[in-house]
Amino acid sequence: MKRFAYDFERPLVELETKLEELKRLGPAEKEDIATQIAYLENQIQRLRVRTYSNLTAWQKVQIARHPDRPRTSDYIEAIFTDFIELHGDRTFSDDFAIVGGFARLDDAKVMIIGHQKGRNTKENIARNFGMPHPEGYRKAMRLMKMANKFGLPLITFVDTPGAYPGVGAEERGQAVAIAQSLMEISMLEVPVIVVNIGEGGSGGALAIGFGDWIIMLENSYYSVITPEGCVSILWDGEGRTEDAAESLGLTADKLLEIGIIDRIVKEPLGGAHYAPALVARELKKELIEALESVSKVSTESLIEQRYSRLRQIGYYANIPDESEPLGVKS
Amino acid sequence: MPIGEWFKKEKKRDSIDQTLTKRTVPDGVWEKCSGCDEPIFIKELERNLMVCSKCNYHFPLSAYERINHLTDPNSFDELWEDLSSGDPLGFVGRRAYTDSLASAKNKTGLNEAVVCGQAEIGGHKVAIGVMDFRFIGGSMGSVVGEKITRMVELATEEKLPIVTVSSSGGARMQEGMISLMQMAKTSAAMARHSRSGLPYISVLSHPTSGGVTASFPTLADIIIAEPKAFIGFAGPRVIEQTLKQRLPKDFQTAEFNLAHGMVDMIVNRFDMKRTIVRLLEYLEFRGGAE
Repeated sequence: MKRFAYDFERPLVELETKLEELKRLGPAEKEDIATQIAYLENQIQRLRVRTYSNLTAWQKVQIARHPDRPRTSDYIEAIFTDFIELHGDRTFSDDFAIVGGFARLDDAKVMIIGHQKGRNTKENIARNFGMPHPEGYRKAMRLMKMANKFGLPLITFVDTPGAYPGVGAEERGQAVAIAQSLMEISMLEVPVIVVNIGEGGSGGALAIGFGDWIIMLENSYYSVITPEGCVSILWDGEGRTEDAAESLGLTADKLLEIGIIDRIVKEPLGGAHYAPALVARELKKELIEALESVSKVSTESLIEQRYSRLRQIGYYANIPDESEPLGVKS
Repeated sequence: MPIGEWFKKEKKRDSIDQTLTKRTVPDGVWEKCSGCDEPIFIKELERNLMVCSKCNYHFPLSAYERINHLTDPNSFDELWEDLSSGDPLGFVGRRAYTDSLASAKNKTGLNEAVVCGQAEIGGHKVAIGVMDFRFIGGSMGSVVGEKITRMVELATEEKLPIVTVSSSGGARMQEGMISLMQMAKTSAAMARHSRSGLPYISVLSHPTSGGVTASFPTLADIIIAEPKAFIGFAGPRVIEQTLKQRLPKDFQTAEFNLAHGMVDMIVNRFDMKRTIVRLLEYLEFRGGAE
């Protein structure tokens, strides 16, 4: 089967394919080429390190979009138990691009909300490639309110290219739905922990993408606009997505640096899809730790802290006094 | 994906865009209306609050023009006018962000894309924030987010109603995630104001789009649109490209939004102040939840 590969991964995949071919040869020939195989394996290992250890922002965006990357449902299955999925916004429909429901993180009862992409084309069409309609945000809000009512900490999984640019989404007020979701989160009396597992595309991501503790997987991105969109607007369509991705500062390490997120979960070389179980295990540890630390905070100071956290995000100065830099929160 | 369609020239919408970017009234005696292509006398246009008397086309207003029109004479006290954006990412697209900021300042005489302060409208004390599209497409970065948030906090503290007039291409890309987070910041501030039982009236003027639409302007108790204003989240060009089909003619207009239940009313510029005053009479503070 032909493997999916981005351009920058191609030399590696070619070698790997060659190795598989060699390994498929009969046992008789195998001995003759054992040294060849060993040599190739060595080469592959070195190339893998070279390919993946210094990824550019754009390469990370690509990995974040990788079709084999674990989805929200994979993490729910690997990390939580007793997941009870809940459906519908009670107004119009059930948006499959967002999933949610009750679950247990070890002993802790929580509410989960997450963008859900598909595993293949058919699933992706049903899930609209993880791009919610307004119904999705309204379903999310319904679950947030329920979490609040029953004192369940909220854990969200962010993984969307963005809100859906469609007629129906506009007709049914996706802007209002996102804005209301932002308002809702800001007032929740339960802890809100956010995990960005892949794509954090603009407003569609933000709608469930801020809270008391924000974790990003190493190769996920979080951005005000896609690199492609940025090229088409700020470079009049004649720039490179590579440059746009770099300029937007959308990678986990950059966002940790300026204090927008709290923690990064490491991924194996090549991305989370190379060792999903490992990543899930690491993420679970982080979630438990995060939940413990935010659960200690009283309801009142939780909301206050959530607000002051947002309050500190900005980069500006008073004009007559340029020397006084006002930074992003540290 | 949504933001900033307005920076991009597109044939179909050119006529509207020009008025936004060049804003206008040259020295000549008359100019062509962007709505009906008919000549209008400048004097008449100005007397008419920049509304075409033939087709009711609403020309965009600068922030101060808007404030003059909506607030009681000499009642406006501007606040935080010295706040100015830094360049957190050292952003250089086709053009350096610092250059865009400098030329926007030069062109508009403003330090940022929103003007905030306190004022009276028909004798009602209000906190007011008015966006100016000429300043980098009215986009929201650190300073727009910060000024709006301060204005909302002031209103919450002083128990004042809020009035905003938006016109924006969306979040300001050049400040990256810091801009996106201003949507959450302003919305969170509005949540507190609303919880305190205080009223908020939002006027959506042409255009209100992208991330800005998905934050404070649509969280008001009353949402008013100006006639024919573009109001939407995703840009029409992006939608067309995604769906590979032409969009309905009135798609994402004020009228479309009214029909789909997204705004309370469409109000002519002439009636705007009067309408806001009438509404403020109903939206009386009753002591609030806290």
